[in-house]
Amino acid sequence: MITTSGLTKVYRGRGREVTALDGVDLHVREGEVYGVIGQSGAGKSSLIRCVNLLERPTSGTVTVAGQDLTALAGRGPRAGRELRRARSRIGMVFQHFNLLSTRTVQDNVELPLEILGTSGKERSRKALELLDLVGLADKAKAYPAQLSGGQKQRVGIARALAGDPKVLLSDEATSALDPETTRSILTLLRDLNRQLGLTVLLITHEMDVVKSICDSAALMEQGRVVESGTVSELLATPGSELASALFPVTGEASGDDRTVLDVTFQGEAATQPVISQLSRTYNIDISILGAAIDTVGGLQIGRMRIELPGHYEDNVVPIGFLREQGLQIDVLGRAGQESVLAKEGAK
Amino acid sequence: MRPLLEQACWDTLHMVGWSTLIAVVGGLPLGLLLVLTERGGLLQNVLANKVVGQIVNIARSMPFIILMVALMGFTRWITGSTIGREAAIVPLAIGAIPFFARLVETAVREVDHGLVEAVQAMGGNTWTVVRKVLVPEALPSLISSATTTVVALIGYSAMAGTVGAGGLGDIAIRYGYQRFETDLMWITVAVLAVVISVIQFAGDYAARALHRRGGRSGAAPRLRLLKAGAAAPEVTKV
Repeated sequence: MITTSGLTKVYRGRGREVTALDGVDLHVREGEVYGVIGQSGAGKSSLIRCVNLLERPTSGTVTVAGQDLTALAGRGPRAGRELRRARSRIGMVFQHFNLLSTRTVQDNVELPLEILGTSGKERSRKALELLDLVGLADKAKAYPAQLSGGQKQRVGIARALAGDPKVLLSDEATSALDPETTRSILTLLRDLNRQLGLTVLLITHEMDVVKSICDSAALMEQGRVVESGTVSELLATPGSELASALFPVTGEASGDDRTVLDVTFQGEAATQPVISQLSRTYNIDISILGAAIDTVGGLQIGRMRIELPGHYEDNVVPIGFLREQGLQIDVLGRAGQESVLAKEGAK
Repeated sequence: MRPLLEQACWDTLHMVGWSTLIAVVGGLPLGLLLVLTERGGLLQNVLANKVVGQIVNIARSMPFIILMVALMGFTRWITGSTIGREAAIVPLAIGAIPFFARLVETAVREVDHGLVEAVQAMGGNTWTVVRKVLVPEALPSLISSATTTVVALIGYSAMAGTVGAGGLGDIAIRYGYQRFETDLMWITVAVLAVVISVIQFAGDYAARALHRRGGRSGAAPRLRLLKAGAAAPEVTKV
């Protein structure tokens, strides 16, 4: 649905250049929620603004819904008719909401329709319908200054949906909100994604956002995408920073003669009750030190840190059993060597 | 004395009213142009920006009385005369256009760039941005700017007396100052003070009413502080 290839953005200031994007290839599938996470300055904001060409990429292409937007851009800094029409089919929500303070909530939602040239009656019908969808039907006549942050963002979302977009871009939409409001806005985005089949590309610096609604994620550092994929693909990637941030497991061995394993569940293997099978088959006591597991589409994915009695050498057979079940096993802290080796292997 | 003052009052309002109208019609696009053509603006054109900016600066640096004399040829071409009430409107309007344009520039620049971006993301063009965002969002400030312009024009209009335009200022100078009719001078000054107070009050009221529309529930006073020009903390936008 959204594809960027070789996207590069260089800002030229007085005698110095800053590369905000350095060859970003991103592929967002239709109907998914895709999260781009990174620290401030990583280039994620430039990335999302390049997708609807609010920012002109220095090089590379952006394709949205099969349309090459970079080809529509033309040479000048101003957006031509074609590009403006393409933009009207891409919704965008902003961190600071960007609502017009002199217009009522309803008039704010009608603004994109005014730009599209929709008739007055149709505009108000559509606006009220959208306000109902985001749960603000009773605030149509209020002004933005009378609303809370969460309500303002709901108006922002209703406005972004006015042009019936297939794609929604979310530029840190929840970063100015408190945790509870953040959750309700994320739930709304998730519902819209499901109900309307909306493809959502969001950028954020909060791992929780990715964790709660994203199907896929990408990690950006210094203008590059360093990891990307669906959540289970990331989990399957040994040493993935995103996976360990999404599913953090902690816990220390309770004694010297113990073996600590990180078990990663994803895909088919996760449907088997492997831990109890292991326990029964080899007659060993297993303690769970920590776990981070989510159920996505009926499948469990996540990580679990377990402890087996005895040294590594005593547990070679049980570990082999787990690996046979299709689970990814990382052995921790075996005289400090195994984990180092495992990590190096991962890289 | 009364008919004299009454006539002067009407003369002043006539001159100031028309020249304000012309100044707003001319200064608004000029001010918008100054913002739009600046570096990073929607119609970025550094050369045009410099040229327009310089013209505005030169026009503003010229003392009004000099401007009036300098424009005499132009005034005659427009009104057919260089003296009288109508003739005074021409230099008054031309002097006020760059004045108002600078105020417009400041007011429009205060509009949050995020709003401009939001409209661009919806597929709006520059004209849409001007019509739907820049002017409506800056409107309270623009009203204040127009009020300031009216008050400045009343001051200038006193000098218009030198071309026989009449008006309150002219009475104060000719009768009060030159003929030592101190009473008349003070009365005229008092009338001017009342006129200016009324205009200022009306302008403030209109600007405040527009702000209030933007939000009751205590947000209006904070917004007003923001517009008053002092340090504008991010917090006020919550």
